[in-house]
Amino acid sequence: MATQSIPQAEDKPNGPVAAALIAGGLGAATIGLLTTLAEASEAIKNALNWHNPVGPLTGKSLVGVIVFFVSWLMLYLVFRGKNVNFARVTAIALILLAIGLVGTFPPFFEIFAAE
Amino acid sequence: MSISPRESWTVLHGMIFGAAFLVAFAGGLAGLYSLRPQWVTVEGLKERLTRLKVGLWGMALIAWATVFTGTFIVYPWYRAQDPTSARSILLADPSTAEWHKFGMEWKEHVGWLAPIAATVVAFAVTYYGPALAKKVGERRALLVFFIIAFVAAGAAGVLGAFINKVAPVR
Repeated sequence: MATQSIPQAEDKPNGPVAAALIAGGLGAATIGLLTTLAEASEAIKNALNWHNPVGPLTGKSLVGVIVFFVSWLMLYLVFRGKNVNFARVTAIALILLAIGLVGTFPPFFEIFAAE
Repeated sequence: MSISPRESWTVLHGMIFGAAFLVAFAGGLAGLYSLRPQWVTVEGLKERLTRLKVGLWGMALIAWATVFTGTFIVYPWYRAQDPTSARSILLADPSTAEWHKFGMEWKEHVGWLAPIAATVVAFAVTYYGPALAKKVGERRALLVFFIIAFVAAGAAGVLGAFINKVAPVR
């Protein structure tokens, strides 16, 4: 009778998942940064207004999504087949995610509101 | 009894897509948390993984559908530059203005973090498969991402429900 076992964790390199985590953090941080920058600068707010009915949220959200997917692809190509220091990757991804959360919180981004 | 197209889209965005994501979270969290070799058999792990992958990809797709319908279909009606739009109604009264200045401003931005984080989790679970059960650090990182997806969606959802109660999109 064949013995079944859970596949070894070492079977797959962690690079592709590290790429996804950092890309997720980058996408989130981009939305947070753009939200704050749009509040601070009328020029940036106008530049992000790609579609009038939606306003600058178009640019903030779509740039964030583009950064997420493009950086994921690029990091995947760099990290595929490799094992990276996952604790460090997690720390970077969570810091980026925190930037996204803080940057989209009105009491924070309103501190930078243009006069 | 009737419902306008705008109200229908608002219901689809919040009560169907958004609520489905929030309801599914508990199942996803339980599945991820309990993905430990000492708690499940090999057969159980395979069965659970299939369910978890389908559930997580479903949640990610629903989260994307929620933010896209919310931002590009419902939000333009909310912020229309006429005195009868929900935004204008909220801002016209100092006692309701914060629903826009804090509530909507937070909701419209933070909601976008949910599909990003949910997609990362769905990909990672699919990539590792059963091996994730033995990867403690990776599983913890994914749990944090998953919880943040829920917090972002939850904040957006709760605020959306209250805002639509105070000034409905019609």
